[in-house]
Order: sequence, then structure tokens, then C-alpha cells
Amino acid sequence: MENNTSSPTILKVEGLTKYFGGLGAVQNFEMVLKQGDLNGLIGPNGAGKTTVFNLITGIYVPTRGLIEFDGTSTAGREPFEITRSGIARTFQNIRLFSNLSVLDNVRIAYHPHAGYSLTDSVLRTKRFYVKEDELTEQALDFLAIFGLEGIQNELAKNLPYGQQRRVEIARALAANPKLLLLDEPAAGMNPKEIIELMDLIHFIHDRFNLTILLIEHQMRVVMGICRYITVMDFGQVIARGNPKEIQANQRVVEAYLGKGAGHAA
Amino acid sequence: MEFGFLVGSIVKILALLAYIYGILWVMAQPSRWVKAGGLIVAFGVVQLGLTKFGNFQILNSFDSGLLFQASAMTMVALGLNLIYGFNGQFSLGQWGFYGIGAYTAADITYRWVNGDARGLVVIAVGTILGAVILTGINKLLNKIRGVPVMSAFTLYLIGSIAAGYVAVMAGKLLFPVFQPLLGTNLEPGILATGIPLQVVFFLAVILAGVFAAEISFLLGVPVLTLGSDYFGIATLGFTIVVNVLMVNSDTILPFPEMKGGRGMVGIPKLTTWFWAFFFMIVVIVIMRNILRSSTGRAIMSVREDETAAKAMGIDIAGSKLMSFIIGSLFAGMGGAIYAHFIGFLSPGSFDFLVGFNPLIIVVFGGLGSMTGTIAASFGWLFFLEGLLRVLLGQMGTEAPTWRYVLYPLTLLLLMLIRPQGLLGTVEWGFLKAKEVLVRQKPKPASTDTPAVQA
Repeated sequence: MENNTSSPTILKVEGLTKYFGGLGAVQNFEMVLKQGDLNGLIGPNGAGKTTVFNLITGIYVPTRGLIEFDGTSTAGREPFEITRSGIARTFQNIRLFSNLSVLDNVRIAYHPHAGYSLTDSVLRTKRFYVKEDELTEQALDFLAIFGLEGIQNELAKNLPYGQQRRVEIARALAANPKLLLLDEPAAGMNPKEIIELMDLIHFIHDRFNLTILLIEHQMRVVMGICRYITVMDFGQVIARGNPKEIQANQRVVEAYLGKGAGHAA
Repeated sequence: MEFGFLVGSIVKILALLAYIYGILWVMAQPSRWVKAGGLIVAFGVVQLGLTKFGNFQILNSFDSGLLFQASAMTMVALGLNLIYGFNGQFSLGQWGFYGIGAYTAADITYRWVNGDARGLVVIAVGTILGAVILTGINKLLNKIRGVPVMSAFTLYLIGSIAAGYVAVMAGKLLFPVFQPLLGTNLEPGILATGIPLQVVFFLAVILAGVFAAEISFLLGVPVLTLGSDYFGIATLGFTIVVNVLMVNSDTILPFPEMKGGRGMVGIPKLTTWFWAFFFMIVVIVIMRNILRSSTGRAIMSVREDETAAKAMGIDIAGSKLMSFIIGSLFAGMGGAIYAHFIGFLSPGSFDFLVGFNPLIIVVFGGLGSMTGTIAASFGWLFFLEGLLRVLLGQMGTEAPTWRYVLYPLTLLLLMLIRPQGLLGTVEWGFLKAKEVLVRQKPKPASTDTPAVQA
């Protein structure tokens, strides 16, 4: 909102509300992302951040509210259609296709635009070979960017944690998104890996001309890379602003540390 | 005698495994000529074994029976492996589709050799028209969007009934045209013998498969929205329904020639080793080509993690439906091969209890391994029927029943020792996934990459 005012709006969320039974997981959530933003969504555990992601990607259907991506509403569209329109995501607890190779994990992202039909693959037409080689090359390129060359034939489940995270991000990028949603990408990483991850996020943001929204608990990551931050607590937005403003915000401090924490310190 | 037989049976099973390995190896060869030649040799070797030289025959009629059954079983089991092993949907309905395929194909050829072309005409018109109508409705529903599943199902059902009605009418209309050319059972006409009959048999196998696939589409639309376990129960119900319909085919269904529970007799025995081998290879090739493509990766991603697959833009419902349809197509074709080998169809052989056999084979061979399924289909039949039955048979008339004690024990042992199945996910030759090596060309992107070395 504050930054990139001249860029076109890519995601607009208005009055987004989701109830699970009587529990208001997300209430009246508002957000606008401009093309090229690198924004953060933070809040204590259970604040409803991941629910927001699931609503944007269509895994949950909102109780109320509007989500507009690239100028069109996502209401009534299947999750896979929303992904195909240009939203990709990673998951809080890594969700790789564990029994498939690293390369296949990335190549799956090309399925919607593989460029050949079932008939082509059954009859092994020339188009099949050409397109399959093409997308394999592209997938290998992505793996190279993420420093994963040489392990393309390993099963995803056999990789160490940090590499699994990177495969997941590579897979999301291979879907050719305009908007990338990262759900706690730094979870479970050591300080060295976190620094590498921050570099990586900066790099993909610039290289692929992406809009990125990330959920994160590690304040170092959020404050270090996000230009604009939205803070949630109990399903509601309690603060917005750039990192400096958020750090100084009394309500945010209260949400994280509890009331009176400031006096105790 | 018993010892010699035991050794002989084990040698046969090992020879079969070597044979399967050989076929898959030769199919993996890059040269088209080598491939074709190898397959002809593979076909010829068994054909030679089946041929009588005076009194000498390597594979007796008992063995050849097992061979044909095994190739039909391979087709059903591969279909089930596609659905269960690769797509992760637990289907118990494949035996029902196998039965549908068997009865459909049998009805076509039985009527044909008895001077009645309606079987072929009705099924051909019905399946083709049905396919057109169902695809049309599918396209339409994709445009309208947001139609509830049951409404969509109703539309599909109405479309299929319409196709069926037109098909029956077409049968009535076209039936006299073929009449003079078909002759009667005792005096077959020009179309009811020789090559024309083989063509009709070929069509019958294909149509039986397509018909089973269309039924599976109708069943799959509402039922695949259920979770995997519930889907299993629903498809089990389907197998039971099909079985009940078979038992009552002459009373509640208008098919007196199927003779209900007494069993359908007089089906022309048209399955030769050529056809069994041919259709088995076709099924193997189609399945491998699907799995080793983008579609196959999408199918497997659904098994691995549905939520992640959705987030990667995979149409979960479509992918499940597609593997279910293709799996049922294979089952229907397998049924057709079986019917024309055995010449007699009894509803008892399509009972849901027998329907667990393909499941056992798939798990035994390894979920997600095509090689395992093929090997297990052959090995299982030759072990259960070829080895145990005959071996135990020599110990007394009732002794063969013990094979149903020994064989579950074998399964139990295998599951304890190798829970991933005989072959796990190992594939041989042709079925292996191609390993992709990193290319040597310079990578322009990696020079300005941040330091993210593993």
C-alpha cells in the first residue's frame, strides 16, 4: 500500500471471514498486494495466518468476503484453477511428493502447461519428446538455481530438511506464478540456513519479478526482508506498517508478549 | 514323481520370470527393429511350446490355461495398480469391470456365431455414441461450472440411457443387413468364420473395454468424491451388484443367452496365444506410456499428497477419474480375453470374494510397480494352481483344498518379510523411469545465484 503505489494491484482481499463452526478463524481480513511487493504476514500461533493462505489458494471456501487476484474474483474456482491462474504456495509442514524424485517433484508443476496431451504420451509422438525434453531442461535449470543439481534422481523423502525446503520453493516457482505464498519458509532452519534463505528469497523476488507474501515466525527474517507487514491476532488484523513501525507498535508487542510485558522488562 | 514335479514347477515359474524380464528388456532396446523382432521371438517361443509335435508338447493344456488366465489377470491387475498403486484410490470394483468386459465380449461373439449381429451393432453404436455424448456433457459442465456432483451424474446418466436407446434401435434396424452373411450356428456364413470372425473378436475385446470404461466413468463421477476407504466400500458394492445382475441376467435382464446363474455356455473359444500376448503387450505399453509422462506424474502426485497436488495446479478429481477409467478399460479387455479362452462364464467366477485376487496380486507384486504386478500375475497363478493344486492333489482328493491354507500363509510371510511387496517399486527394462542426467551445457542462471550450496 505504502510502497509501489504506482504498480498495478495483483491481489485484493476485502472483508474476508472464515468461521469453523462458531470459531471465527479469520474475521474481516483486508489486504492489498501490488505487483512486486515483498510483504509479510505475522502473528502469534493460531492467529489465522495459514487460514488466510488456504482461503487465498481456494483450499478453504470463505464464509464471507472477496478475494480478487489479477482483477478477477477467485470465488467458485477450484484450487487447481486458482494455481493455474498464477498463485503458488509452499506449506508450513513441507509437503513434497515424498516417493517421487526431486526432478519429478519439480516437473509436476509443469503439468498444467506441459504442452502435450494424453494421446501424445500414449502414442509417444514427436511433440511428446520435444515438450518433455523442454520441461525437463527447465526443471533442471530451476534445480540448478537452487543449488540442487546432482540430486535430481533422489527421492524427495531422502533429502535433508533444508534441501526439502528448497525443492518445495523450486516446485512452487516452476508453476510460473505471479504471486508466491511462502508459509514459514524458515521453520526448523539453523541461523546459517536462514541467512541463505533470505538471500534466496531476495534473489527469486528480483529474478522472477514476483510478488511474495510470507508468513514467518522468525522476526529476523520478517524484519530483514519484508517491506510491509500485516500483523494478525485472533483472526483479526491488529497492525500494518513497515518493519520499523511494527516493532514499535504497542498492540503487536502485547499480542506476542502479553499485556504488561513492557513494564516487567 | 512328486519331487520331479516340484522341481519342474519351480523351473517353470523361474522360466516365466526370465521370460517377462526378457520381454521388458527387449522392449527397452532403442532400435525399432530389435523391439519388433524381440517381441515376435517372445511370442514365438511360447507358441512353439504350445504346439503339439506328435505326442510331445512342452506346455500342456493345463499350463496353457494358466498362461491365458495369467495374461488376462495381468491386464486387470495392471489396471488396479494404476488406480490403487499409482493413484492411491482403493478400488474393489475392478472385478466387476472384469465381469462386465467378459460378458459384453462374450455376448457379442456368441450372438455373432449364432447369426445375430445385434450384439456387435448395439454395443458398438452404444459405446461410440455414449463416448461422444459423455464427452459433450463433460465439456458443457466444465463451461457452466459449479454444477453439483449428483446433478452432473444425472445428466450423464440420461445421456447414457439415450445412447443406449439409440443403440438398441440401430441394432433393430441394421440387424437384417447382416443376417444373410452370418448364417446359422451349424452353417456359418461368410462373416462368421475365418478372418472376419477374428476381426469381430478384436472389436469385441476393444468394445468390452470401452464399455467397462464408460460404466466406470458413470460410477466414478459420484463415487470418486468419497475418501479412499469409502470409495473402496462403494466399489465393492458395485462388484456385488454386477454379480447379482449376472446371476439374474435371464430373468431381470433381457439376456436369455447368458442363462443367469447356470452360466453362459457356447462362447466361441477365440483367444489364441497371439491375441492374449498382443493385448497384454498393448496394455503394458499404454500404461507405461501414461505413467512415464506428465499425466503419470500428476496421477502419482495425487497418491503422494492431494493438498500439495492441488496447490501445484493438478485437477485431482479429473486425475482420479482418468486413472479409474483407464484401469477399468484394462479390466474390461482382460475379461474379454478370459471369456474367449474359457468358453464358459459362470457368475461364480465374478463373485466379490474372487475379486480380491487382483488386489492380492498387486500388493504381492508391489504397489506402484508394474513389473511386480506382471510377475505376480504369472507367478501367483502358477504357484497356486500349477504347483500347489497338483502337488497336493497327489496326496488325496481333498488335499488340494489345503492350498487355500498354504497360500494365505505364504502371503502372510511375504508381508512380514517384505511389506513393500515382492519387487517393491523396482521396475525392469522397458518399465524403468528414465534417469535424467545433468547436462554439461553452461548454466547462465547459476553464476549470479546466492551461495546456497548443500
